[in-house]
Amino acid sequence: MNSLILRTATPLLSGLMLLFSIYVLLRGHNEPGGGFIGGLIGASAFAVYAIAEGLAAARRALVVPPITIAGTGLLLAALSGVISILFGDPFLTGQWWFPSFAPDMKLASTVVLFDVGVYLVVVGAIAGIAFALQGRE
Amino acid sequence: METILAILVGFLFAISVYLLLSGSLIRLILGVFVLGNATHLLIFVSGRLTRESPPLIDKGLKIAEVGIANPLPQALILTAIVISFSLFAFLLVLSRRAYRTLDTVDTDEMRIAEPEPDTQPMRGRDV
Amino acid sequence: MSDMAAWLLVWPVAIPLIGSALAIALWGRPNAQSAIGLIAITLQLVASLALLGHVWTNGPIAMSMGGWPAPFGIALAADTLGAGLTVAASAVALAILVYGLADTNIEQRRAGIIPLLLALMMGVAGAFLTADIFNLYVWFEVTLISSFGLMVLGGRREQLDGAVKYAFLNLLATTLLLIAIALLYGMTGTLSMADLSGKVANLPDDAPVETIALLFLVSLGMKSALFPLHFWLPAAYHTPLPTVSAIFAALLTKVGVYSLLRVFMIVFPDGGEIAREAMVWIAVATMIVGALGALAEADIRRVISYTVMSGVGVMVGGLAIGTELALIGTTFYIIHSIIVSAALFMAAGMVARAGGGTRIGDLAGLYKGAPFIAVAFLISGLSLAGVPPLAGFWPKVYLVQAGLQAGEYAIVAGVLASGFLTLILVGRIFALVFWREATDGARVTAADTASTSSANDSTLLKSALGALAALTFVIGVYSVPVVDMSSRAAAELLAPEAYIEAVFQSPAQTAAADTDSAEAPR
Repeated sequence: MNSLILRTATPLLSGLMLLFSIYVLLRGHNEPGGGFIGGLIGASAFAVYAIAEGLAAARRALVVPPITIAGTGLLLAALSGVISILFGDPFLTGQWWFPSFAPDMKLASTVVLFDVGVYLVVVGAIAGIAFALQGRE
Repeated sequence: METILAILVGFLFAISVYLLLSGSLIRLILGVFVLGNATHLLIFVSGRLTRESPPLIDKGLKIAEVGIANPLPQALILTAIVISFSLFAFLLVLSRRAYRTLDTVDTDEMRIAEPEPDTQPMRGRDV
Repeated sequence: MSDMAAWLLVWPVAIPLIGSALAIALWGRPNAQSAIGLIAITLQLVASLALLGHVWTNGPIAMSMGGWPAPFGIALAADTLGAGLTVAASAVALAILVYGLADTNIEQRRAGIIPLLLALMMGVAGAFLTADIFNLYVWFEVTLISSFGLMVLGGRREQLDGAVKYAFLNLLATTLLLIAIALLYGMTGTLSMADLSGKVANLPDDAPVETIALLFLVSLGMKSALFPLHFWLPAAYHTPLPTVSAIFAALLTKVGVYSLLRVFMIVFPDGGEIAREAMVWIAVATMIVGALGALAEADIRRVISYTVMSGVGVMVGGLAIGTELALIGTTFYIIHSIIVSAALFMAAGMVARAGGGTRIGDLAGLYKGAPFIAVAFLISGLSLAGVPPLAGFWPKVYLVQAGLQAGEYAIVAGVLASGFLTLILVGRIFALVFWREATDGARVTAADTASTSSANDSTLLKSALGALAALTFVIGVYSVPVVDMSSRAAAELLAPEAYIEAVFQSPAQTAAADTDSAEAPR
């Protein structure tokens, strides 16, 4: 895409989108938001970047292949369910860790780990599909 | 309200059946898509429609004080939407590849996997 | 600690999930993926054997995900039927994977056959072990999505053609299943199969139970390729790679039949008279049409596709009779069919390697160059036809006896006639492809079999096929363990109280002990 406006705005825009996607991901812990919607926003950041800067640049920006990201996310989500075996609880039971130095922190839990896994699956899968569709043309 | 939505669900089912009876892949895809949406709406109506407060229970309580909306159909619909979205994406890609490879979107002409029999079944040419 | 025992339920689903995730993360590294695949399926087999052992000694068990109390939580539950089928599925999947590693080339493995196969096994195990009817739908979709990927692997023209029909019709079937589930939920307000069992029986007389039962029959019947909704199966099953055909034929239709058993024995134990009445004739028609279709085909892989369909008719025939004896036959037949369908498609794939094709008219004299394939094919085929002392004989004995006792003579006739027709076509394939003298018209390339495959590959292929053929022989000669297991499964299906109780007693979090506060918002 050979548009000066788009090319100037995109680095800023996709950076902001990525930041926002992580905000939405973490916000989902107690309020509307979460891994799925955050992942969609994150994936669209890379899709926009690919439109403006080209596919090769977008792949470089993602560092690892999208499918590896998706696989890692799936693995994290699966492991977050298995962790509860250490505490004698059923599969997928949420486990929280409230460290003494930060008793109000609610983020050190398997629930967040699961959501991060979902986020990575969605980013990887949707970015992969978007790249594949752009690559065909 | 439920009556109106029930009629809408029926209307969407009618549209999708009409589209699914067609022989063109494009119409089939659209038919599957409308069918999926009709089904999601059906789940929604099955869970009873209530104009009450969101399904959130106040702090310190174990059960909501006022009547709350049923959250389960929404969870089911969300699951179903994600699944049908991914299957729909697959169908689109598959149909496009099928069109490029087979050069047709008419299902009646897709006979490569099931060709008309050219020899008598179960007999060798030399028998 | 009962909680730890309940974890046995999780592993048959979680192990292929973790394996699949690892294999996806290692995309493009077929050797690492193959190792992961072998380890994961072996572990799945071990885990499901442990589960079956536990269920055998202690009765059905259940575990509620996240510790939410039943019936609000989503539970996994296993009785003898679910655990036994998981064992059979993972054992056959292991053989198919070994076969697949030798049969596929590096490019096909690079395209992702291992992650997809593991995802398929996760879906199959999930469907066998779930106690929640909406999750049954979700596992169907997991299986479906991974089967789509497997179906088009290789991308030949006929594969795309078959995949279009397979994809559209299966998607339609799962959507119909979802509609049936939505209506059922609208009536009862629950999705747990154990809870549904009691609630459906207590519905008022004007509730549309018959309609919903029929909708389940149509959607699950489409998934299991029952007449007249079977057209996608013979259109698609012969097109993908032999490995993929084998796993499809072994598992996918059986998941549909298993769900029919669950829905009609647990959710509608009494209702659904019209559906049951229809099921008798649908089962008979499926057996006969499948066998006749097989007789009319000229390609080995299409013949086997039709016999898979005919076998589905036999299984559903047992469900239609519905007595204990019939359900023993059905359970035994499912296990037998999982093994034999896979073995036959493997043999067909090896025939294609040895003879350069699968058209019966083009092949001749393969016995000379490939006696091993010939013998394994004959054993599997005769087992399919129900010749004693092979595994396929016993379930048919049970079904025929059950049919005679219950007065369902149509099913008895159907089982016997389809067995007879199967015997004819197995004999004809064996006589034409393996036994007849090769003349100029037919190809004999058995001598140069080794041109494309190394000796090592051929050993792996043979050992996988040989293991399954030997298994069907051993089960036939020493059928006591499978009969015992099937008897227990049938008894549990007819009296599901233990299963239902297990779901309601499933270990929950201590905090959630006071269930009365968790009243469902309606």
